[in-house]
Amino acid sequence: MSDVRVAGVGLTSFGNTPERTSRDLFGDATIEAFADSGVPRDDVEALLYGNFMGELSEHQGHQGPLMAEAAGIRAPATRYESACASSGVAIRDAVKRIRNGEEDVLLVGGAERMTNLGTAGATEALAIAADDLWEVRAGTTFPGAYALMAQAYFSEFGGEHEDLAHIAVKNHENALTNEKAQYQRAIDVDDVLEAPQVSSPLGLYDSCPISDGAAALVLTSEDYAAEHDLDAPVAITGTGQGGDRMALHDREHLARSPAAREAGEEAYAEAGIDASDVDVAEVHDCFTIAEVLAIEALDLEPIGEGISAARDGRTTADGETPINLSGGLKAKGHPVGATGASQIAEVSKLLAGTHPNSDHVADATTGVAHNAGGTVASATVHVLEVVA
Amino acid sequence: MTDSENAVQDAGFDEWLDAAEDGDAYYLECPNEHGSLPPRRVCPDCGATDLEEVPLPATGEIETFTVTHVPTPAFEDDAPYATAIANFGPVRITGQVVDVDLEAIEPGLTVEIEISVSETTGERVLSFSPA
Repeated sequence: MSDVRVAGVGLTSFGNTPERTSRDLFGDATIEAFADSGVPRDDVEALLYGNFMGELSEHQGHQGPLMAEAAGIRAPATRYESACASSGVAIRDAVKRIRNGEEDVLLVGGAERMTNLGTAGATEALAIAADDLWEVRAGTTFPGAYALMAQAYFSEFGGEHEDLAHIAVKNHENALTNEKAQYQRAIDVDDVLEAPQVSSPLGLYDSCPISDGAAALVLTSEDYAAEHDLDAPVAITGTGQGGDRMALHDREHLARSPAAREAGEEAYAEAGIDASDVDVAEVHDCFTIAEVLAIEALDLEPIGEGISAARDGRTTADGETPINLSGGLKAKGHPVGATGASQIAEVSKLLAGTHPNSDHVADATTGVAHNAGGTVASATVHVLEVVA
Repeated sequence: MTDSENAVQDAGFDEWLDAAEDGDAYYLECPNEHGSLPPRRVCPDCGATDLEEVPLPATGEIETFTVTHVPTPAFEDDAPYATAIANFGPVRITGQVVDVDLEAIEPGLTVEIEISVSETTGERVLSFSPA
């Protein structure tokens, strides 16, 4: 089974640019990805594109071909939708297709335009990733669903809002050097604790922002990278996907993410690693509690202990396993369709030594990206390793 | 009850709300005794297709809750409001918690199903009130 090389990555700045359309954003990200890869556009055999709320935010379905056009490629294009894991699932399919020998060069990525909807509109659009009949109609918002998990976690394992606050502080700190992050501003624990409540116990600073942005990756087979002498030292060596019941109330555990565990176990097994090999990870911290559930599901922390990882310095930039050195969704931003691809881009740069925070993980050879959809009814995990 | 007489009903769900309003809330049970909520043709746990309506236990217990201050537009005038997941034994259900001071809600609180009405839209809302 051939490894899949990350030949080039491109990211727009994530942030508040309501006037920019998705095609504008994605076009921009692909310019950077092609320049970074040295791969000619003509060699791309397909586009796999992630987007979640395009119908609601810009009245645009059928985005695959539109985005191929925006990227300047002539190739079949498909949109993948799996809520906030949309580009994670697109990447997983791309990896499998290249491994299977079906294609040698794929453009993968995603984009989302959200801020033009305003806070209420974006909250409504995000809510449709939950069960409409049994959750949304009872008033469940996305922060609300994660708040239900946070409260369940506190009841089952202990911990308090102040523990979660350390996660937000850490991720803001990490974003200070990320020029494309939405927030490059340090915050402290009191800022988090004193921020307006969104859905108790989660406040404004426990929540990722509403963001616009795009991410693009050029992925190639090992053979193509060798033949074209590409500078592509990082490979995706494991991919996994897990699923769970749609409504939170139908899950066996309210404070765990079995879909992410399943995805992680599959990705680790494919790569032939275990959690102790992971040097650095980007995980889906749409809310502070989500980072706790993610690192526990990935076995980077024992169940019930992830809550103290940031507070005790295990996941900070100079800790044992730095988590979200990009700033995470929390500070980097979360344009949902772009997020999974942006995480792969960040891990790839961290391992290649080209990320502003690479110095914190100078000897790192193995990284993980975890992308979750909904209240983790979908999850993908990818393992990236330095292979050249 | 929707505002528009022409509004299309959601088969299975609106009937469930009707039944709950009459105090006859139910869940679906398959031959292997897995509980689930309608509308449903197949048991999500085992794939059985022989599903029977069984009366929901009269009371449930709140497992987790949140007070939402930033709602969707459909609940703009209702905020702040509490949403909880309550365990009724064979099924868990998500609903708003009504008829109680928001500060008094806690895990373990015993509740019963109540169908309330959104202040914002006038639509029915699956809710819980202290038993």
